Amino acid sequence: MQRIFEKLLAIDRRIIFLVIFLALSIPIFLGIKINIKVTDEVQIFYDAISSLPSGSRIMVACDYDPGSEPELQPMAESGFRYFIQNNLRFVIIGLWPQGPMQANKALVSINEAKDEFIVENGDTLYFGTDLIVVGPDTARYGIDFVNLGFQAGNELVIQRMGSSIKAAFASDLRLGKPIEEFDIMRGLNQLSDFDFIFNLSAGYPGTVEWVQFAVDRFHVACGAGNTAVQAPQVYPYLDSGQLSGLMGGMKGAAELEKVVGHKAKATMFMVSQTAAHIFVILFIVIGNIAYFATRGKSGRKG
Amino acid sequence: MKREIPLILTAVVGLTFVVQFFVPHYPLGFMADMFSDWFSIIAACAIWLGALNLLKISLNKIYKKDKDRFYAVVTIISFLLIVIAGFFFSGGRRFQEPGTSFDWLYINVYSPLSATMFAMLAFYVASASYRAFRARNAQATILLLAAFVVMIGRTPFSDWLSGVFFLPEGWQISNLSNIIMNFFNVAGQRAIMIGISLGLISTALRVILGIERTYLGGD
Repeated sequence: MQRIFEKLLAIDRRIIFLVIFLALSIPIFLGIKINIKVTDEVQIFYDAISSLPSGSRIMVACDYDPGSEPELQPMAESGFRYFIQNNLRFVIIGLWPQGPMQANKALVSINEAKDEFIVENGDTLYFGTDLIVVGPDTARYGIDFVNLGFQAGNELVIQRMGSSIKAAFASDLRLGKPIEEFDIMRGLNQLSDFDFIFNLSAGYPGTVEWVQFAVDRFHVACGAGNTAVQAPQVYPYLDSGQLSGLMGGMKGAAELEKVVGHKAKATMFMVSQTAAHIFVILFIVIGNIAYFATRGKSGRKG
Repeated sequence: MKREIPLILTAVVGLTFVVQFFVPHYPLGFMADMFSDWFSIIAACAIWLGALNLLKISLNKIYKKDKDRFYAVVTIISFLLIVIAGFFFSGGRRFQEPGTSFDWLYINVYSPLSATMFAMLAFYVASASYRAFRARNAQATILLLAAFVVMIGRTPFSDWLSGVFFLPEGWQISNLSNIIMNFFNVAGQRAIMIGISLGLISTALRVILGIERTYLGGD
């Protein structure tokens, strides 16, 4: 028995890698359906966005990169889909260079139109960029949404937007046009003109900075989606009411998918994550049993 | 003057940002906006500086025939490829627009590579937890139990497990996980945040008042 435990302690890490790989990949192909329970944190976020009147303008701050895509991209897609279906207009920005491109990727992903483009009043509108189609609803670039791109400067960009959005973002990402030429930007001069901020964050700068500057200083309601690693850090802001909802990690993304009524990637990936969690726990239990079994024996020997 | 001018600049900028938080009127609000713009310009230049520095270090490695020069070659080729794609092959459109060659590289090369690097963490976490996560003493055992509850509680598996053990309503694993996150975690995080904030305030005051001068390169 002692030898078995010693072998278990000295197990090749490639075996652990293989088990985790199988635990993550097999459930994707099994098509297992799981029931996701919506937590208070996500319900608060949903209540906040569902209470916004039609035509409200939301700032979507995408502060993440492809490394956090499995957790945050489903949140972006669910959020955009919900905004378009409920006629909520949105302005995309990023304090991370990759953020606005991740937003573009999410918009292309949720677009359901098969055609490449249409010509409307002499303008060529490309699906997935100029025109996003979600079921019977559409969103048009410049009118219903706009992508202002990335701006360097971290939290000072938020502070600058507090007095002038144009000073922080002079032109948009796609066309390079001055922001005041877009219909959606009409009357949007400073941060407090937004009805809500939806922040997707994977670190610094991110949710902490949006709460400290946009919420506390300029009094704009903010809901956030965070990676599972970052979420515990922002729980105090949720408890104090400074944050209007929080989605943590893939579980938060799956809950958002459930609450907006469109189960997608995060719900599917939750099966894999569940399997991986179970195996990690099993590894810890086995590791501890083996550790104590061998430690006890060696202690007696010694 | 070589030391006095940076100290005066730091004091003026620092004090302006502190005071304008409470008095956001002219001229303090105007000054804070101006300093914010300057900061954005410096930050944007720093990105270029970082990119050029990366290029310089990589070229040096190749020139000195460093044992890691193969990676330096890959870095330089990748760097040039994405810069050239962005500057010269966007077809008259903005380089980040969907459909450009820069966007193609971002979606099909950078994005999967970056996600892969991050995804590898799952394997290392599993391996490390097997080898290092031990209930050696009371504190480690509490940490271990809390980790178990949160890890299981954050998955739909917890509801099934709670049912197997006939756990009463309110004492199910997902509820216990929420209690740990909303009470114990919040209390701990608040303490950390208050501690960090106090440290930041004292350091900022030392810098603004010119007591802390290490950022100038001296002692």
